[in-house]
Amino acid sequence: MYIEQYKDIISHCEARDKTLARYFLNHEIDLGDQTEAEILQQMERNLVVMEQAVASGLEGVKSFSGLTGGDAKRMHEYMTKVSPLGDSRYFEAAQNAVAINEVNASMGIICATPTAGSSGIVPGVLIAFRDRLGLSRRAQIDFLITSGGSGIVIGNHASLSGAAGGCQAEVGSASAMAAAALVEAAGGTPSESGHALAIALKNLLGLTCDPVATLVEVPCIKRNAIGAVNAIVAAEMALAGVKSRIPVDEVILAMGSIGRMMPVALRETALGGLAQTPTARKIDRLLKEQGTVGESDL
Amino acid sequence: MPIFQSLFDIIGPVMVGPSSSHTAGAVRIGLAARSIFGEHPEEVNITLYGSFAHTYKGHGTDLALIAGLLGFSTESVEIKKAYEVAAKRGMKVQLYTSDELTEHPNTVTLCMRKGERALCVTGISTGGGMIDITDIDGFDVHVSCDEPVVLVFHQDRPGLIAAVSSVLAKEDVNISQMEVSRKERGEIALMLLATDIEIPERAMRAIEAIPDIGPIVYLSALKRDADALESQLEG
Repeated sequence: MYIEQYKDIISHCEARDKTLARYFLNHEIDLGDQTEAEILQQMERNLVVMEQAVASGLEGVKSFSGLTGGDAKRMHEYMTKVSPLGDSRYFEAAQNAVAINEVNASMGIICATPTAGSSGIVPGVLIAFRDRLGLSRRAQIDFLITSGGSGIVIGNHASLSGAAGGCQAEVGSASAMAAAALVEAAGGTPSESGHALAIALKNLLGLTCDPVATLVEVPCIKRNAIGAVNAIVAAEMALAGVKSRIPVDEVILAMGSIGRMMPVALRETALGGLAQTPTARKIDRLLKEQGTVGESDL
Repeated sequence: MPIFQSLFDIIGPVMVGPSSSHTAGAVRIGLAARSIFGEHPEEVNITLYGSFAHTYKGHGTDLALIAGLLGFSTESVEIKKAYEVAAKRGMKVQLYTSDELTEHPNTVTLCMRKGERALCVTGISTGGGMIDITDIDGFDVHVSCDEPVVLVFHQDRPGLIAAVSSVLAKEDVNISQMEVSRKERGEIALMLLATDIEIPERAMRAIEAIPDIGPIVYLSALKRDADALESQLEG
């Protein structure tokens, strides 16, 4: 699987009436480090960490720098007290994703998925939809397995780090992983998961990594919200029968290729983009002078 | 070899935020340095280079390194209180940043002292919580801490490496990796051994008995999975 293309995995699964989760789980067993039961147990532990991070983020946390925090709580109150514009589940996924990433910025405990900066997207979507889809605990773990397996394919053919490929490699990959898993959880076919992965990733191609003061906060936290919502849109489009015109493996390679063309200033170095706006430079200076920065400073 | 193999390379590690390289990796470097030193240091001088030097505050890299030196795991919420705990446990910490160019942007040197004993360890954080210890007291090494290794300080003389490996051969312990580093010919050298199985106690004692063998440091693997790490630290 580690060098296989996604399309080969899809045809393998469809020929044998196998789910993507089963395929990826079998490969994990073949690595020989852990038994099936141990793998499921470890994934369950990761799921518990994700649930705790959402719960803690919704209560309201403050980042270590003082720059961010409290938005998940704000979104939660809006959702419960004010009538949201759209389907509340989309917004709930966004809120969960923000909650986890705020916890990350506050030096709380998270599970990197695939990275710390993009850790809100996969669990954010899963936790928002598990009740609607009636997912058993095992089906929730399968959601993480399909996400993880899809991430392995993306990582080995493109990249998963902002330093190597920009934000498209982190938030883009996480969104694509969540889209593929959501299709499967909703009863879609492996081939539909492939289209969802491709559509989600295409929508975020070219996204740069330009973190203010090099912190995993601005714009990372809000981008987790967009990554979550993008995953849901892509999954629903694929479930509706919409196909990606560019095959999934070509989209993944395109992401890798865009990452390599991206200037270093836009790959986690904070030398360009949002990180070099006047306000970002001010934040950077204040952080160096006083260690933290609050809303009143800006 | 493809970079990503396991599902847990993607879904994991469980860690204290905000950054797998600047926080989780830094904790592991601190932990590795502590176990190489082998005891609780009274004083630590931390020098940060490159990206570590520029961004340590916002990422809590300093807290993470100190937490590791204190023996905390990557998922310990106590990391935030590392300075207080260090003060309480009598570990004096000095932090420096350097403009010196290093090969890797995430580089740190930890110099530990207890009484007359001092030791410096340099490590780099390569992403996703993965690390490489690149220098131990002036010896060039590569220790990822993903598998157990034994560090054997010894006199640089002919036959010594053969003596060590023959002890292991006799005990049926297969050496998976071996690295020897010395500063000057005939002086103190450092032998780094990774083995397929844990080295039995009897073999360790036999190695210690070889003439011209100095201190031996046994470094157990620092699992990236936090639960395993936690139980290792307790044990």
